[in-house]
Amino acid sequence: MVAADSERPKDPAVRMFRRERSVPLRGSAAALCNNLSVLQLPARNLMHFAVVHGPSAQLLSAAPEGVPLAQRQLHAKEGAGVSPPLITQVHWCVLPFRVLLVLTSHRGIQMYESDGSIMVYWHALDSGDTSSVFLFHTQYRLCLLEELLPVATSSVWEGQEVIQGVLVLAAGTWTGRVLVFDIPAKGPNIVLSEELAGHQTAVTDIATEPAQGQDSVADMVTADDSGLLCVWRSGSEFTLLTRIPGFGIPCPSVQLWQGIIAAGYGNGQIRLYEATTGTLHVQINAHARAICALDLAPEMGKLLSASEDTFVHIWKLRRSPESGYIEVEHCHGECVSDIQVCGARFCDPSGSSFAVTGYDLAEILRYSSV
Amino acid sequence: MSVRTLPLLFLNLGGEMLYILDQRLRAQNIPGDKARKVLNDIISTMFNRKFMEELFKPQELYSKKALRTVYNRLAHASIMRLNQASMDKLYDLMTMAFKYQVLLCPRPKDVLLVTFNHLDAIKGFIQDSPTILNQVDETFRQLTDAYGSLSAGEFQLIRQTLLIFFQDLHIRVSIFLKDRVQNSNGRFVLPVSGPVPWGTEVPGLIRMFNNKGEEVKKTEFKHGGNYVSAPKEGSFELYGDRVLKLGTNMYSVNRTVETHMSAASKNLTSQTQENITPNPLAKEELNFLARLMGGMEIKKPSGPEPGFRLNLFTTDEEEEHAAQSRPEELTYDIINIQAIQDQQQKEELARIMGEFEIKEQPRQSSSKGDDLLAMMDEL
Repeated sequence: MVAADSERPKDPAVRMFRRERSVPLRGSAAALCNNLSVLQLPARNLMHFAVVHGPSAQLLSAAPEGVPLAQRQLHAKEGAGVSPPLITQVHWCVLPFRVLLVLTSHRGIQMYESDGSIMVYWHALDSGDTSSVFLFHTQYRLCLLEELLPVATSSVWEGQEVIQGVLVLAAGTWTGRVLVFDIPAKGPNIVLSEELAGHQTAVTDIATEPAQGQDSVADMVTADDSGLLCVWRSGSEFTLLTRIPGFGIPCPSVQLWQGIIAAGYGNGQIRLYEATTGTLHVQINAHARAICALDLAPEMGKLLSASEDTFVHIWKLRRSPESGYIEVEHCHGECVSDIQVCGARFCDPSGSSFAVTGYDLAEILRYSSV
Repeated sequence: MSVRTLPLLFLNLGGEMLYILDQRLRAQNIPGDKARKVLNDIISTMFNRKFMEELFKPQELYSKKALRTVYNRLAHASIMRLNQASMDKLYDLMTMAFKYQVLLCPRPKDVLLVTFNHLDAIKGFIQDSPTILNQVDETFRQLTDAYGSLSAGEFQLIRQTLLIFFQDLHIRVSIFLKDRVQNSNGRFVLPVSGPVPWGTEVPGLIRMFNNKGEEVKKTEFKHGGNYVSAPKEGSFELYGDRVLKLGTNMYSVNRTVETHMSAASKNLTSQTQENITPNPLAKEELNFLARLMGGMEIKKPSGPEPGFRLNLFTTDEEEEHAAQSRPEELTYDIINIQAIQDQQQKEELARIMGEFEIKEQPRQSSSKGDDLLAMMDEL
């Protein structure tokens, strides 16, 4: 079932989608938010998917037509407790030099090489920090060369004397702390370098964008269970730029694109804010139930929203050429009948295909535009 | 995951159990006074103060195995007996009903209204017993204390915890199939029409603002659903209109309660894993059971009140057939006391169980269901 804006002339940006072949899963998806991660490998004509089932997470790779090729299951590290720990999130963090697979549970954060074959790092959360650790994301942090000794020299910056980068991963915790890790270009020497205070309740999602320039352009947004958004700028340390207060509703998912923050809330609303100032510019009554996932296709500024109301919507973000204000238009709506969607991702940078997971559903649904 | 989920899980499942037992007692024409006694005994055991105290302590959800054992005990808190097959069916119906209610709750907080609906109905069963009524009201107050001021985020976590507990259960229930709330593949129907949750706007509006916060543009988009505004919020008071129908009694004498057991889909593989892995219950779980059931004060029958057997099926033959044909992967494991390593714990648990065994009862011909200990050891 499709919802289309039939009153307006057909915009080339407005597309129709059709269902493609589903990718079967070994276990159904758990009722968590943001429960689908996709790693696009166009050079190898492959797509990787990761879904949390419960005590295990499933990684699988598929060919473009959706034919599953390989799969692997990962588990959270055991520990004392009544039952095996539940995984709260699995996500690929794409850094300039490497891709890490990050898995979180109540016990802590596990980082793997991108195919999940080798665990390169384990950070245990202290017992005081019970329950979940939520999303991570990648962040490229700029530091002056002198501060970085010793540093791997086999990088693209070789020969350029300006700025070297240290890769950073940020992870949010149940208590609201945001942990920042330094990631080397290779190997397991991952180090916890900063803890950011800003949230009082569980961090639900983190979004980042490569820093655009020297001035106060935001690099990272963190969201929490109370709906509060914190906007950070990277540097030798992260600085809090601004806070956008919540209104009592959790914000399970947030995205950042060209200085625009897109936040999805538990009451079905999507709000777009100017990242540097925190000003609200757009409010969309997008869904009839809680939003569970947002994703961005950066090439076209497409935003994907998925909700427990069984709908997935695609929006186009842009700035008005006259005023510079953020504007949005609805492109496409898809009803995934009788499925409480729990994860959704674009499968290519232009937003012409996407994948969806649902609670109790043992397959990944795929859609691509006609 | 949330450590405040157990009271909600227990009370709602218990409520569904009572609805089903009430329906079967009437369908089987059990004399009114006996039926009332059974319900009174079960309700008074459920709402016992010590038991409730244990329940409300912040704790993780225990396995389906452990929970099933508690309901086994509860269902036998009176003169009524259930065979294994009937107990299995009862548990299937209870779990699918509450799974449905959680899934369809408009807001995560509405699971509290569902709980209140169950409690309201329970009070209807025990109108003539002021003592038990007080117990239920007291539990009501405990619920309000524990959940009244939780944030939306915490309720969302509770909802997720409950859904993870019910993951991969797709038993088809005939009353759900008939009412078209469940599809023939076992999945629940998620309607895309009707009132939106309280606090949510009807989808379709896009508003754009300038730097000063003034609205500069308003457009609409076609959402695809057919929603209307929520009329009013349900009441969280001791008495009040809950508005939500989820959690009210959907059974009546004429609506039979069948389940279909052919749910042999591969979704069950994960559940099978849980049952097959040789996990002698973790020590913590056994402690939990001991504490919880230690708080269950089962009244010993005073006088020669003869027991009776309740059948969840229409005939004895049907029940026998169901027992034999239940798919392997849907068998509910019950705690095997003999498998418990810790000697002291084993004795303690056996003592608690044995304490409530009603020795005076004449053994029925179908001995399977009678002795709780025997049933538990019979894995």
